[in-house]
Amino acid sequence: MKTKKKLDSNTVLIIITICLFVFMYAVGCAIYQNKGFGNLQTFLNILINNAGLICVTCGMTCVMLTGGIDISVGSVIAMDCMLLVYGMTEWHMGAVPMVLLVLLIGLVFGLVQGFLVGYLQIQPFIVTMAGMFFGRGMTAVICSGQISITEADNPTFYAWANTKINLPEFLGQVNKHGKVVVPYMRPTVLIAIIVLVIIFLMLKYTKFGRNLYAVGGNQTSATMMGLNVKKTKMLSHVLSSFLCSIGGILYCLNTMSGSVNQARGLEMDAIASAVIGGTLLTGGVGNVIGSFFGVLINGTITVLVNTNGKLLSSWANIATAALLCVFIILQSVFALVKARRNK
Amino acid sequence: MDENLLITMRDISKSFPGVRALSHAQFTLRKGEIHALMGENGAGKSTLIKVLTGVYSLDAGEIHVAGFDGPVVNHSTLEAQEKGIATVYQEVNLCPNLTVAENLFIGREPKTKIGTIDWREMNKRAKDIMDGLDIKIDVTIALENYSLAIQQMIAIARAVDMDCKVLILDEPTSSLDDNEVEKLFKVMRDLKAKGVGIIFVTHFLEQVYAVCDTITVLRNGEFAGEYTVEEMPRVKLVAAMLGKDFDDLASIKKEGAGHVSDEVVIDAKNLSHKGKIKPFDFQIRKGEVVGVTGLLGSGRSEMVRCIYGADRAQSGTLQVKGKTVNIKEPIDAIKAGMGYLPDDRKADGCIGDLSVRENIILALQARNGLFKKIPAAKQNEIADKFIDMLQIKTASRETPINQLSGGNQQKVILARWLCTHPDFLILDEPTRGIDIGTKTEFQKLALKFAEEEGMSIVFISSEIEEMLRTCTRMYVMRDGAQVGEISGEMTQETVMAAIAGGGE
Amino acid sequence: MENFKKLTKKPLFLPIFCLILVLLINLIKSPDFFAIKISNGVLFGRVIDILNRGSEIAILAVGQTLVVAVSAGTDISVGSVMSLSACSCCMLLAGYGNTNVSALVMPIAVGMIAGVLMGGVCGAFNGALVSKLKIQPMVATLILFTAARAIGLLLCNNQITYIRVEEYKYLGNFIPGCPIPTPVFVAIAVILVVAIFLRKTALGLYIQSVGINSRAARISGINSDVICFICYVICGLCAGIAGIVASSRIYSADSNNIGLNYELDAILAVALGGNSLGGGKFNLAGSIIGAYTIQAITTTLLAMGVSTDVAPVFKAIIVIIIVVVQAPVFKAYMAARKAQKAHVKEAA
Repeated sequence: MKTKKKLDSNTVLIIITICLFVFMYAVGCAIYQNKGFGNLQTFLNILINNAGLICVTCGMTCVMLTGGIDISVGSVIAMDCMLLVYGMTEWHMGAVPMVLLVLLIGLVFGLVQGFLVGYLQIQPFIVTMAGMFFGRGMTAVICSGQISITEADNPTFYAWANTKINLPEFLGQVNKHGKVVVPYMRPTVLIAIIVLVIIFLMLKYTKFGRNLYAVGGNQTSATMMGLNVKKTKMLSHVLSSFLCSIGGILYCLNTMSGSVNQARGLEMDAIASAVIGGTLLTGGVGNVIGSFFGVLINGTITVLVNTNGKLLSSWANIATAALLCVFIILQSVFALVKARRNK
Repeated sequence: MDENLLITMRDISKSFPGVRALSHAQFTLRKGEIHALMGENGAGKSTLIKVLTGVYSLDAGEIHVAGFDGPVVNHSTLEAQEKGIATVYQEVNLCPNLTVAENLFIGREPKTKIGTIDWREMNKRAKDIMDGLDIKIDVTIALENYSLAIQQMIAIARAVDMDCKVLILDEPTSSLDDNEVEKLFKVMRDLKAKGVGIIFVTHFLEQVYAVCDTITVLRNGEFAGEYTVEEMPRVKLVAAMLGKDFDDLASIKKEGAGHVSDEVVIDAKNLSHKGKIKPFDFQIRKGEVVGVTGLLGSGRSEMVRCIYGADRAQSGTLQVKGKTVNIKEPIDAIKAGMGYLPDDRKADGCIGDLSVRENIILALQARNGLFKKIPAAKQNEIADKFIDMLQIKTASRETPINQLSGGNQQKVILARWLCTHPDFLILDEPTRGIDIGTKTEFQKLALKFAEEEGMSIVFISSEIEEMLRTCTRMYVMRDGAQVGEISGEMTQETVMAAIAGGGE
Repeated sequence: MENFKKLTKKPLFLPIFCLILVLLINLIKSPDFFAIKISNGVLFGRVIDILNRGSEIAILAVGQTLVVAVSAGTDISVGSVMSLSACSCCMLLAGYGNTNVSALVMPIAVGMIAGVLMGGVCGAFNGALVSKLKIQPMVATLILFTAARAIGLLLCNNQITYIRVEEYKYLGNFIPGCPIPTPVFVAIAVILVVAIFLRKTALGLYIQSVGINSRAARISGINSDVICFICYVICGLCAGIAGIVASSRIYSADSNNIGLNYELDAILAVALGGNSLGGGKFNLAGSIIGAYTIQAITTTLLAMGVSTDVAPVFKAIIVIIIVVVQAPVFKAYMAARKAQKAHVKEAA
């Protein structure tokens, strides 16, 4: 016997998100059809441009599930990119060692932040805010200018970045010169999707994943039920910073450059994506599939603004912030209604 | 150790800074027994339970648990759980965002061969458990979709499924309705039949008589006696809890004579706050001292909070001196001439790091408004006046209030209200947790203000004696509702009978 | 020893100690640190520079102190709000779309007041989210942390708007004939206004009551929501004023750079001032000394050849050290260790 599940407010939020994405994309297709918005490639480009953000948002979702937050991600990405580019251009290091180094730094960064949050019980916001400025500063310590990486610097890395994965030919479209243009993806997208799937499975099927939800649901209860809350919180930050480093590598593969101002405000995009995707700021509710749609919405906003051509790029930031604001208010209102109903 | 004994606690003592919470308390639990643990506020019930479950360490005494040689010491609830002692608290300690099945199994989830969580197995076993308790629910949806009663049952199911020998239920029924309580009782009886020992903490007398076999009464941290339910009629139980020997209850004469004018100060009709207090009426005249009696959790604090606007009334009307007022927030009540000394001094009364002076003038300042700051000199004058008048023992008026003793903190809060010269002052458990001398002082002060300043005062106390001395009549509360009013010749006996209600 | 211990317990010990420490290091490194000379009729010197450049941080710290005290959270949007108010001011003065003007479309005062009010509006937005909707302060202010700068860019049409009018430079530089930089006066004025307001009204008492125990404050008749809201508005107004000063300094509105990293400086000033980031009791004087200490650190770092981009590394480490030392868990651990040591001594 299967009882019909009640539609709770969290499901409603995710449905709103998916509808919003479909609606926005449809509007985009209708308005900018002549600019090729309806092409499959446009959609794939959203994925390519946001592969890094997908990874970062997965990590952010995990931290937010415990009721925490990580605003250091943008700076960590800038630091990672700068380190990668500087290492390969100035120190002439190989691509693989540099990638491993960046991943290791991510782990250490997360470990320190996680220790401060979990074991010393300092507000995650303060800790990661310090992390944000620390990361941004370290980027400048490595190099304060803007540097790019070319094929001559590191052929391997260059090759990684420029590999195209063509989709089957029947998905192609004929352009005005009569040639068939086959849509393509980058390896970065594949990595991001793999990360997404792994985190999805981890959240659903492992003990650690469920502990994240339990800690966010009710910390006192989690302790009473015998879970190690401090360790869980620490590991969530380690995971976030590690995924952020993967994201940083993907970001770098996309931009092939490093600068102090890179990825400024990316923490906002990641938090907005997670919140729009149904992750509660208070913790305990959310999953990465929702966050994925959050990233897509975020990416679509940027593409819409860019395709228009006349709008300033800061409109994308404002739209994301406004959307975040709306969703936070929605969450807050739902929570108030729920509290009133339970009384 | 007797085969039937599950837990023996002997000579348990536990002190906190400045308070002796338990002194030579004892407790015994046998197999297949539902054992009520009773006592008024501060009697040491929760301390005893927390010592047993390892939340607190004990200062002296021994705990024996069946199956373990020698005295055992639990350092955490987890350790207690491993010894078969499970606890279900008043506040449901589960995660509302997880599914029912997860809440039952978290920390010990069934695994598949590759080490991932086996959801199918978990849901199946969860369904079996809930079916076993005769609760038909979908275990795959989030816990928050169910009523508190079901949640409470799930908490119990979790405890039971972990093979507990001892189940502690700490006020599990406060938020349940009659139907739900009946369901809980059925589960308790089933467990009893299986040989589980249950410790049941509750404030509801009815429930003790409905389900329990044995009663242990604690008073002021000491063991007052263990009785079987049959040998303990209600009035006797209340007497034991309040520390009065039933046979020589001397009637205590009210000290102040007091003349009460006819002017009605507060006239409340049909006020209520859903889930906290059912609709009630309340009336008080100028210069009158009225008591509100009932056991803890009976709704006595909730009633006055509703009048004062600390919990906004959801129905009814309130008249102050004949004028209807709409009280949305405490500030409205203060402007209407009310004052409220809350029972939870720490959470609702003291502003910890602020000085005695600032704590005293706070309410007066709030009534004056943001822009009419009381001049420093005037503040000092007020503070000094009340420190002198109430004999508050403090190093200076600038000492932070959290450095004072409980009784002196309470006096500071009283001063906060006295300096606003209220027409109507609510004293909710003003004497809790303070020494005897100060207690008497508070009673005298209440009478003095009623007499000399014509203040109308509500006096709430767990100690009936105090109320008999001060009050001319009392409202009687039981189970979240006003059930009557007594006046005239009141004795401890009549009051206790009224509190206990029914069954006599 | 005993006297020293008593001294460390004074509320202003930490900020003054830090300030003296930083100044001492400077004095040792460059003995002419305190030298002040007059050239072109105005004062020059490192100390003057610190007082001058520290003005914005001091102004921000005033608002931030109140926000921290009342809500146990920080307003991380102040830097962006500075930028937004600067942009609104310049946009109004230059007219929309003009990027380089030498004639104004409206009086300077109107533009400046509008800029400050814009800060107040931002503060009200943050305050509404925090006090009414009960959103954690840092999440609520995160919205404007990103959006305010972006809106500023929109107002200035994505360009840097220059106001090449002498009078506009007065506020951020020097008024002809006065040797002391104007920002110092602005900072003093803001501090005085807020300090007098706190002294003459009961706001200080209310803020501390709400910050320490908002439930008890409510029972005592204080409207916690309104007090919280007021603090955020004041913080926004302070950010607005700081933004105008910063804009006048460079007689332009550079949305991407005005107020960059200032939120960290403001929060650090509050923490260095001996105020707990957990809210409750506050000490305005401490925060202001903290603000100038931060500026002294920044100036020192710059003098040592550390660029402004790198400076946040050191400041972030200082923040972490302060919050770790303030953390109850850490305090309890230290107390336990001390007790253990005493125990061992006793046993021996």
